[in-house]
Amino acid sequence: MVIRRAGQWSGIWRHFGADIARRSLCAFAAVIALLSCLPPEIHAQGSGSASAADGYPAVVPGRPLIFPDDFGAHPDYRTEWWYITGWLRDDAGAERGFQLTFFRVRTLIGEDNPSRFAPRQLILAHAAVADPANGRLLHAERSARAWPGLAGAATGRTDVEIDGWSLSMETGEGGETDGSSGDRYHSRIETEEFGFELRFDARRPPLPNGRQGFSQKAPDPLNASHYYSRPQLGVSGRLRLGSEILDVDGHAWLDHEWSSEILPQGARGWDWIGINLHDGGSLMLFQMRDGEGGAMWAAGTLADALGRARTFAPDEVRFEPVRHWTSARTGTRYPVEWRLHLADGRTLGLRPLMDDQELDSSASTGAVYWEGAVRLSEQAEDGSEREIGQGYLEMTGYAERLDM
Amino acid sequence: MSLVGATSRRLFLASLLRHRLATALSLLAIALGVALGLAVQLIHGAAIDEFGRGLRTLAGEADLQLVGPREGFDEAIYPMLAKRPEIAEASPVLRIEARLPGREDTLEILGVDMFRVARMQALLRPRADPALVDGDGRLAGLQPRNIFVSVDARARLELPSRLGNGEMAGPALRDGVLTVQSGVSGIELRLAGELPLSGAELAVMDIGGAQQMFGRIGVLSRIDLKLAPGLSPEAAGLALSPLLPPGLALQVPEAAAGEASALSRAYRVNLTMLAAIALLTGAFLVFSTQVLSVARRRREFALLRALGMERRQLLRGLLAEGAVLGLVGGVIGVALGHALAALAFRLVGGDLGAGFFRGSRPELQFDAMLAAGYLLLGGVAGVLGSWLPARAASQVAPARALRAGEAQYAGLPHMQGRLPLALLLAAGAGLACMLPPAGGIPLGGYAAVALSLMAAVLSLPALAQSLLPLLGRTRSVIWRLAHARLSATPGQAVVAAAGVVASVALASAMAIMVSSFRVSVDDWLAQVLPADLYVRASSSAASGYLDDDALARIAAVPGVASVDTTRLLNLRLSDEEPVFSLLARPVDGNWGLPLVAGSTGRPDGSKPGQSSLPPAWISEAAVDRLGLGVGDRLTLPLAGRQQSFVVAGVWRDYSRQYGAALIELADYRALTGDDRVNDAAIRLEEGTDAGAVADALNARFGPGRLIIALPGEIRATTLQIFDRTFLITYLMEAVTVMIGLFGIATTFAALAGTREGEFGMLRHLGFTRGEIGRLIAAEGALTAGFGVACGLLAGGAMAWILIEVVNRQSFHWSMDLAVPWAALVLFAAVLVSLAALVARLAGARAMRGSAVQAVKADW
Repeated sequence: MVIRRAGQWSGIWRHFGADIARRSLCAFAAVIALLSCLPPEIHAQGSGSASAADGYPAVVPGRPLIFPDDFGAHPDYRTEWWYITGWLRDDAGAERGFQLTFFRVRTLIGEDNPSRFAPRQLILAHAAVADPANGRLLHAERSARAWPGLAGAATGRTDVEIDGWSLSMETGEGGETDGSSGDRYHSRIETEEFGFELRFDARRPPLPNGRQGFSQKAPDPLNASHYYSRPQLGVSGRLRLGSEILDVDGHAWLDHEWSSEILPQGARGWDWIGINLHDGGSLMLFQMRDGEGGAMWAAGTLADALGRARTFAPDEVRFEPVRHWTSARTGTRYPVEWRLHLADGRTLGLRPLMDDQELDSSASTGAVYWEGAVRLSEQAEDGSEREIGQGYLEMTGYAERLDM
Repeated sequence: MSLVGATSRRLFLASLLRHRLATALSLLAIALGVALGLAVQLIHGAAIDEFGRGLRTLAGEADLQLVGPREGFDEAIYPMLAKRPEIAEASPVLRIEARLPGREDTLEILGVDMFRVARMQALLRPRADPALVDGDGRLAGLQPRNIFVSVDARARLELPSRLGNGEMAGPALRDGVLTVQSGVSGIELRLAGELPLSGAELAVMDIGGAQQMFGRIGVLSRIDLKLAPGLSPEAAGLALSPLLPPGLALQVPEAAAGEASALSRAYRVNLTMLAAIALLTGAFLVFSTQVLSVARRRREFALLRALGMERRQLLRGLLAEGAVLGLVGGVIGVALGHALAALAFRLVGGDLGAGFFRGSRPELQFDAMLAAGYLLLGGVAGVLGSWLPARAASQVAPARALRAGEAQYAGLPHMQGRLPLALLLAAGAGLACMLPPAGGIPLGGYAAVALSLMAAVLSLPALAQSLLPLLGRTRSVIWRLAHARLSATPGQAVVAAAGVVASVALASAMAIMVSSFRVSVDDWLAQVLPADLYVRASSSAASGYLDDDALARIAAVPGVASVDTTRLLNLRLSDEEPVFSLLARPVDGNWGLPLVAGSTGRPDGSKPGQSSLPPAWISEAAVDRLGLGVGDRLTLPLAGRQQSFVVAGVWRDYSRQYGAALIELADYRALTGDDRVNDAAIRLEEGTDAGAVADALNARFGPGRLIIALPGEIRATTLQIFDRTFLITYLMEAVTVMIGLFGIATTFAALAGTREGEFGMLRHLGFTRGEIGRLIAAEGALTAGFGVACGLLAGGAMAWILIEVVNRQSFHWSMDLAVPWAALVLFAAVLVSLAALVARLAGARAMRGSAVQAVKADW
């Protein structure tokens, strides 16, 4: 999902003067919008291959994903992220959601500067735990310029780190990471409030989204990314909440996406889900909403337990809000329950692990969004509901616009 | 009780009002002493406070800081530290003192990593100004040419500044563009916003940009560290220190304030000593006033005692007089001290003009405890001054004092027979000179000064007795009368002259010391500035420098015969020696090296490149502080390694009291690879006009890029600074001399009042009023003459102590004795004449009445 990671970006950018962010289209603070931060009127020109002219390679269709190279970073592109969401279950059976994201950003600043501090590449990270016992999210963030050994994203294999947080892919037996089902990832996150050290076992090869990994985000095909997912990762490891350390296992979902584009014009926000289905399949859906809240684009990928995928075109997916929850902190009203209408005729229900999974950065920049663990259910013909999967839902662009 | 109180007030305190002049002078002396001492402490306290707070707030939540030489250190240590488990956050800082072309002020620019700053140093967090950074507000903090300037700094940069020569330099910040200098080139930085939380005058930019723009690739000045939770700075320091390369140290952010405080301590202590001298002089003046006032009231007190006043009551009353004097002086002094401090902040800044806390802008704060302490000190001086006379008065038997004909001045203390004590004190002074300094403060030296002063005062009667017979042979009646009078009552002479002794001793000691210092500095300047023209791109601390290219351009200017260069760095040897200067330049031919020991050759006679160790020449301060001598091994942290040198000589250095070493430029470059240069000394071809070459240089490099000075200008400026520094001592000299003179005035005024009968008798014998006036003047001159002679002797001894002990121990520099004979003789003559005049004026009252009345009153 390209246009994601709303709030944490603003949280990070505030340090160097992101008050400006409030001025422009960045009110809901999409990652790419934050980076470009062009005023809307300039941005609205939407000229041809803007990014290529800017010095970034364009995302074009027909470029197949090649592994293991595409597991690693693509430092020429403007932005890139590795995003893992999932569900954890401890020995006592308690269920929690977790999320971690590593971003890489090419700034085009100081590319001729011999200083090792030249901020050519930035690394940012965000982590959160959704614990119903806590009632709200625990979350933390990191940001740094790339520096060997401190922060960076390797090429050729998944290996990102920042100030002790890391996500890396373990070379499989025989030294090959060719995208086979034997891949294994390790992640370590430490914050004051929480921490986790988790292992992720891939049970199947990467799943390209869109057309061979070319994922379009808006009617204009220039708004696109290279995008693959790794659903149904088996999780095991330890979770620390405060001083309490828990052995956990569960399942997770990894997205890896890179792009040079900025937020589609006219977009106000988006809704995205990545769900591991209990039958071994997976479902990814997103819709891009315009200023009126209508869907200006949508897409999705449904795969079965064997990895056979079917993609959804914009007119094959419909998001229907069912129940809203209003945050007492920010006053923002989120559709925390949805009904999803798919072209194959199925209607699915989406319910949160807990209502309050809002990420509130209003103390810093005002960027506010919702990102949390959800259950997917299907209504049987007798009217009874049956849970068919668990995963994550992200909703941005619901908070008030924060103009200066 | 109230009756007694009222009586006391009338009896004792009212006496102070009767002697307005004497009282006013005592007050003045005490007030000055209190004011000076308090002002020094206030100024320093506020400066240290502000400096420390500045460090603390800039460091934010940092628990420790990695510090090193001023020129910075290799950034390789940064990832190593950042990855240590002891470290939670590491924020690298590159500090640039940016030269502003054409201007004399500089701008402190901190190159920081905005991501790191955000987590621990809130005050350095910039805010982009939307009006300034069209569009890319988020990345504004990373753009290499963007700079964020604090409100205070911006205000200064946008104004023209007045140069030392009176000309005006334009604003450094104009239309959102800040022009700074790196090397000899101008750099245009773009104002991108402000530092909303910083109250200091500083600017922040991206560290990568700062390294690039100022040619400091790979260099850091400081790393602020936040420790892992629960870890103490001590424990972390212990664990990490062994990993540090030489020349780097971990310290808590406040430590720099302590270091600055230690650096300025000698300067401060010397000023405080001046204050103590003023206070002592005040106490002495109270003493001489009270002695006479008590003597005059002798019968009054006897009568009171006879009427039933207790001995203790009398003592207390007299002490109360002194205490009131002291306390009133103290109150004036405390007020004056605060005023002085406020004035000093406005005029010279918080470092008393000594340059220790540059950039800090302290606020004067009232400290009740401090003020009370100094007030009390004034009171103590008053009580001490009146202690002896009060005790003497209270011990007199009433019957004896009431007996008619008892001379009123019989109450004066007798000071004969104290010569052995004086000799003992002098011996003590000699011993005190041998003591080593205590914590960098020459306590023994100060003790020796005080002991010499006391010895001089105590030996005054003996001196007077040995000199008086010489005067007895004169033919003049007036001189013989004066001689007879002084021979008969030497006690009076002592009281009147003791003040003169003290003030002359102090003043002449200062004069000799300052003159020796000035002559030595002048000679030294002539020696260290042998070239025809000096060129630099900025002060060595700031961002200007000369490189090989710039030197080649200088050498190519017509008229330039040769160019010699100096690289100046500040190293950090240890926590005890945080500042140590290193000069690297060619030493061949002893060019401009004022050696006091050793030679410019290599100790082992080898040629450059042959010896196992390169030679170094160290300053006198380095000799004292490091305990090294010629032939010893000197180790310096250079380029992250310990480099050894052999001490080949010792040179005199008046500009760096913390110690300096000089090494061959070729050795320095071979060891460090650093080819920058701070100063270039240019020798011109014969007959070339220095002014024309300076113009050619300015034309070649652009106006305001180079600082070009003629040795004569440097010398004049240095001596001007020297004289300004010693202005306060000249002031003190004037005050002490004035106090001494007024001592004579009060004594003679008091004595004259008791001698109306004597003068009446002389009139009957045919003396005219004028002749009596001359008699009094002669007495005054004689009294002062003894005091001056004694004071000059003591002053000479004290000057020697100041030069050889006090200066050597507190500032670590030697100087050649240069006695300003003419000035001293003139000073003595003027003082004796003034004493005669003052005595004559003071005695005028006694001659006003008619001779008959005066004689009758005595019967």
